[in-house]
Amino acid sequence: MANGTVAVSDKTAEVDFYHVKTKYKGILSWLLTTDHKRIGIMYLCSMSLFFLTAMSLGVVMKLEMLSPGSTFISAQTYNSIFTLHGVIMIFLFIIPGVPAVFGNFIMPIQIGAKDVQFPKLNLLSWYLYIIGGAIAIYSIMRPGGVMDTGWTFYVPYSIRTTTNVSLSVFAAFVLGFSSILTGLNFVTTIHRLRCPGMTWFRMPLFVWGIYATAWIQILATPVIGITLVLVILERAFGIGVFDPTLGGDPLLYQHLFWIYSHPAVYIMILPAMGVVSEIIPTFAKKAIFGYVPIAISSLGIALVGYLVWGHHMFSSGISDTSRVIFSLLTFIVALPSGIKIFNWVATLYKGSIEVTAPMLYTLLFIFIFSIGGLTGLVLGALNTDLHLTDTYFVVAHFHYVMFGGMGLIFFASIHYWFPKFFGKMYNEKMAKVAAYWIAIGFNTLYFPMFIMGYMGMPRRYYDYLPEFTTYHIISTVGSWILVSGILVMIANLLSGLRNGKKASDNPWGGTTLEWSVPSPPPLENFDEIPTVTTGPYDHSHIHGQEETTK
Amino acid sequence: MSSNNNSEHHDQPGEGHIAEVHHPSYGINVLVWIGLLSLTSITVAVAGINLGSLALTVALLIALVKSMFVVNFFMHVKFDNKIIKLFIGVCMVIFIVVLILTFFDLTFRY
Repeated sequence: MANGTVAVSDKTAEVDFYHVKTKYKGILSWLLTTDHKRIGIMYLCSMSLFFLTAMSLGVVMKLEMLSPGSTFISAQTYNSIFTLHGVIMIFLFIIPGVPAVFGNFIMPIQIGAKDVQFPKLNLLSWYLYIIGGAIAIYSIMRPGGVMDTGWTFYVPYSIRTTTNVSLSVFAAFVLGFSSILTGLNFVTTIHRLRCPGMTWFRMPLFVWGIYATAWIQILATPVIGITLVLVILERAFGIGVFDPTLGGDPLLYQHLFWIYSHPAVYIMILPAMGVVSEIIPTFAKKAIFGYVPIAISSLGIALVGYLVWGHHMFSSGISDTSRVIFSLLTFIVALPSGIKIFNWVATLYKGSIEVTAPMLYTLLFIFIFSIGGLTGLVLGALNTDLHLTDTYFVVAHFHYVMFGGMGLIFFASIHYWFPKFFGKMYNEKMAKVAAYWIAIGFNTLYFPMFIMGYMGMPRRYYDYLPEFTTYHIISTVGSWILVSGILVMIANLLSGLRNGKKASDNPWGGTTLEWSVPSPPPLENFDEIPTVTTGPYDHSHIHGQEETTK
Repeated sequence: MSSNNNSEHHDQPGEGHIAEVHHPSYGINVLVWIGLLSLTSITVAVAGINLGSLALTVALLIALVKSMFVVNFFMHVKFDNKIIKLFIGVCMVIFIVVLILTFFDLTFRY
């Protein structure tokens, strides 16, 4: 049994959370729910819409770059589109992605809880997320035009531009509150609602990832909130905090922005790393290698991640002392990340590896994220960064880390926990085809950007010199391959949702607690709170998997 | 719906109970308040003295003392259990380190 559980509910008699009778019916049963699983699914649906929107904007950008000069949109439209693409992807998909969807649905079950500690606050977080998204969309329609600052809102341009910056940054401010409240809820839940026997070092590593992330959400997000309010105040009243003519400092904005936004990178990636630590033991059929180092390295990444923000500012005029210190600290953050990668690979060693769709995405993640991580060291070194900063190399690195990291693991997660979420299986063969398709598209789209960046192609430029044409054409074709692969993946999942075979409670042979409850789980997950007696990855009780493919 | 729930089950010492409620007396609160007002007055007074590069440090030190009063007495952390104190301590350390790193730029920029 999962986690050495000694007491679990009688599964046969329970009604799943979709069909259980609640106070409200129809759409209200969703909009007024405090069930962590329903809230997780509401995040999944809303987030998927935002992701598809931002993805479409990305395709438009790449299409524009198919040939030098104006292809089919104006320079101003291009500026607005890359800003929107970034803002939606970062603030509405990548940052909340794994914690809000899978943290909400899976984490309470993994620690043997019936829900999160503050269910109503959890629903409020979702509403704040939707309100933030709605304000961002409203800002697009307002006179003045779509914000054109890029997702970083750098001053002085964000103070001077006549586009709708104030409303857009206010949207990010509201989204920040959603993030803080989710973090607060998760920290409290993990501290107070673990079932008997679930000691800290018996917690699944996904929970460790969520826990480290939640602390970053609580501690770092207020900084961006204050910073964005300062931008609004600068625009409205010219208070001068960032204006040197009034005694202010424009670099202070960059400091404040990155004090949040670099830890935010770890908000994006730590939960994803937690998912990897779940999927690998399940499909290698053995306990994870180096459980404690992986758990502690999550906290290590969270901690050191606070101290490296200055590497985003190497070329902005900060002091040489700062640059040296931040460069050194940046190299240190590579250590806990390396610990994770080596432990994952060591787990695979001599394992009975089964390459299912979630495992395939995870293996692709290790490959792609390693490229992203190592090119991060190139950018973390002062000398090479000065050559590469603000070029396509940064764009490529960023996408290899963020999309290749969080994005691919989001896809892995939805495939891994799809049976638990919906009680159905998808077509495994088609899921794997889509994964390969996406990997080919991904590398065709982003790898040429490393070369272009090295050759000097600046980021965020609407036009380019003729020598970059071939690379841009390859990259644009890559975007078509990538998007079509994603659409195939989505179609396959939707088809599974509609016509898929019924999933068993534990189709993969997983060992953590979510696999001990029915698929989909009942309203409060457990009839009786389980007692845990072993670590999370004990395969000695799992006798082969029941079904993996349709 | 789930009104949680199973906190009585967990087994972590020091986390299983809410610390006994302990409110400082009104007298203490008033004293702290007067202390905060005094420190604010000192901040304003010090701002009028030309301390050169030390001005910022002095202002921050006074603010630090004020925040300690607020955190300990008005937010009741002085009377809370150890894990809350630990959390706040870690947050303070991170905050101070972030501040120091920022000043590595400002101090050595020119």
